[in-house]
Amino acid sequence: MALNWYRFSSPATFYPLAGRLVPLFGWGAAVLAAVGLWLGFVVAPTDFQQGEVYRIIFIHVPSAWMSMFLYVVMAFWGALLLGFNTRLSGMMAQAIAPTGALMTFIALWSGALWGRPTWGTYWAWDARMTSELILLFLYFGIIALRQAIGDPRRADRACAVLALVGVVNIPIIYFSVKWWNTLHQGASVKLTGSSMETTMLAGMLVMSFAFWFYAIAVVLARVRTIVLERERGAAWVAELPEARSA
Amino acid sequence: MNHWHFILGAYGVTVLAMVVEILAARARRRAALEAARAGADAPVPGAQLSGTGGPG
Repeated sequence: MALNWYRFSSPATFYPLAGRLVPLFGWGAAVLAAVGLWLGFVVAPTDFQQGEVYRIIFIHVPSAWMSMFLYVVMAFWGALLLGFNTRLSGMMAQAIAPTGALMTFIALWSGALWGRPTWGTYWAWDARMTSELILLFLYFGIIALRQAIGDPRRADRACAVLALVGVVNIPIIYFSVKWWNTLHQGASVKLTGSSMETTMLAGMLVMSFAFWFYAIAVVLARVRTIVLERERGAAWVAELPEARSA
Repeated sequence: MNHWHFILGAYGVTVLAMVVEILAARARRRAALEAARAGADAPVPGAQLSGTGGPG
């Protein structure tokens, strides 16, 4: 049976589906975080060079990956909006931006606290760190641009263009450690393998899934709110049980 | 060379930031639901634009 994707581009259809998915991903994130922290703090050994401080890796790498991934997903929804003019695409992009900014902030913050004991400095104008900071400013710029434009549909289109232009920063962040001589280390995890100890790698990957599930849960919850805000005059919103009960 | 205060600072701020994000999302949803309940009785702003009369 062919799945009619256009059906799910309707906010009225997507709203209840997202409502069913939010607790699934939310509880999934909690369970995965518990397992990941157990692996990271109990099972994984102390690093012979860095001691205990390397354990920041279990939030630093997942948040850095999510900061880039969420931006690409936001740009994808922006492209869908510009291509097909679907209302839900703009709402999805709007819902992703704050969580993307949060993930970028966590990556920068945890990186600074990891850098101080290992490199001797909280911050350096190194290519990886600077391009990640630019990503944070891109998220802030997209959020601010939306606030500055009153009409939500015009704001959607303007933010989609900015998101698509800014997506050029993602490969710069990813390949910065290869293209330039940076203080930041190169990738420890590649598609071809990893240089990390097995339990450290397992803890980091489980925490990455926890961050992923968390981001999905929060974005879906936020997009439901945005649907309510934008469609509150629609008949289907007035018929929602939560919109009727006092 | 354990630096547990750096680890606590990183994890503490991460958890705090996520809690703030969740609380902000819940507060916004409550406000949107209240507006939806109020809007069920109020006229839809877009409907006024289709009228033939001028301003006022």
